[in-house]
Amino acid sequence: MAFFDLFRKKGSGPRPDGRADRGLLVFEHTSEVIRAEKVLKDSGREIRVMGPPPEIQKGCDLVVEFPLMEKLDVQRVLAGAGLSPLEIVPVTGPLLAPVDLFQVKDFGDHLMVRAANMKLTVDKQTLVIVNVSGGGCPDVPYIAARLIGQRLGEGPAPREIGHTLCGYALDLAYEEMVRRCSP
Amino acid sequence: MLAVAGTVPDPTVPVLDAVVEFAGGVLRVAGRELPPDRGTPALLGAAVAACRFLELSLPHAFLVGDEGLGRGSRALYERMVEVLPGRDFSTLAFHYLQPDVDWHNRVLFAAQSMAPAPALIADAGFMYAAKMSGQAGEYGLFTPDAGELAFLADEDAPHPFYTRGFILQDEHRIPELIARAYAHGNAAACLLVKGSTDRMADCTGVLAEVSGPSVEAMEAMGGTGDTVTGMACALMEYGLPAPRAAQVAAQANRYAGEAARPTPASQIGELIAHIPAALKRALEELP
Repeated sequence: MAFFDLFRKKGSGPRPDGRADRGLLVFEHTSEVIRAEKVLKDSGREIRVMGPPPEIQKGCDLVVEFPLMEKLDVQRVLAGAGLSPLEIVPVTGPLLAPVDLFQVKDFGDHLMVRAANMKLTVDKQTLVIVNVSGGGCPDVPYIAARLIGQRLGEGPAPREIGHTLCGYALDLAYEEMVRRCSP
Repeated sequence: MLAVAGTVPDPTVPVLDAVVEFAGGVLRVAGRELPPDRGTPALLGAAVAACRFLELSLPHAFLVGDEGLGRGSRALYERMVEVLPGRDFSTLAFHYLQPDVDWHNRVLFAAQSMAPAPALIADAGFMYAAKMSGQAGEYGLFTPDAGELAFLADEDAPHPFYTRGFILQDEHRIPELIARAYAHGNAAACLLVKGSTDRMADCTGVLAEVSGPSVEAMEAMGGTGDTVTGMACALMEYGLPAPRAAQVAAQANRYAGEAARPTPASQIGELIAHIPAALKRALEELP
């Protein structure tokens, strides 16, 4: 439930002020950020996935904020997982926090969960994913084609096949839907 | 002629640069079949239906496969930068493309070097890049949903995922967010804000609203925003000013949705079939 931590434990992790001791891991693709987040959290490190500062914003970007003092160790853990950041830079300004609200709509036979700009809808009886909506990055149609018709929890999750912020947001909606539909 | 640029979710598809063909109910570009089930093919499906109804030439498509890594989008950007200055399109729409500010600027400058320069429309990922580039005002029409409007209204946000918490995606605040987007130079000349009420706006505020018929299931369906944009593109190519094109498209999309009688599990292809009749009705009824 690493993604939930991003949304649900608002205020946990490093404080937004006094970030001189924090560094940023910059990767080429969001899918690498998602893998790095899992590897580093599994290793017990206090990290956060955030929006990059303007000077390194280029498109659908996420960065990993980590304690700068642990740089070498973090690099070693990442290398062990086959991950190599494009850059490791100190935090010099405020970072953007992702949208932290889920919106849920019950259509009777169907349930829709929205996270940021992405919506996921399932059939409540069969738990089959019937629709994916929203977003603007090109992995959205790709993920939608793979998800629609699958039962929730079966087949790939968006984090396994997505590469962009829209894919990341869809994964948050997916995880929230799994949570709501779990017995 | 209308041209549409976007992606298809198959990374093996190379850059396609050809007029859309339509026969037997199937869309084809450069010999490849395009099921209009979501994304840019859904926009193209709606645009083709509208162009046929309006007796326009079928759109030209710039397409490429991209599963989200951006390689396909960059190849398409490169092609467009190379060929646009020598092409003749009166309306040019950009859709599901990897947001990339550098490439956005190069493509925009190439489009502006065309003689005459086409009317520009941006939706989805390319709209994100247009806003981030600071060049939003160069576009004739953006077609955001409520969450994307919050992104346009937040001058610091690089993506709808980061829209700041103080700008809630609340439909009651849409006129305020529209004003904020224009105040910061982050809106096209016309906005079509899609939602439970569709709103057409410019820098003076909301110009028109479309709120009925209300087909609740359409909120869950993927592609309903794409069909609105596809129709608006065709209507602008037909010669309607952007606010009028957007209003007719928004109304026709609701009529098509009503006729399709969808559930939250319906797919967008079920709606596209109803577009010609829906457009006819909207054009007749709207003043």
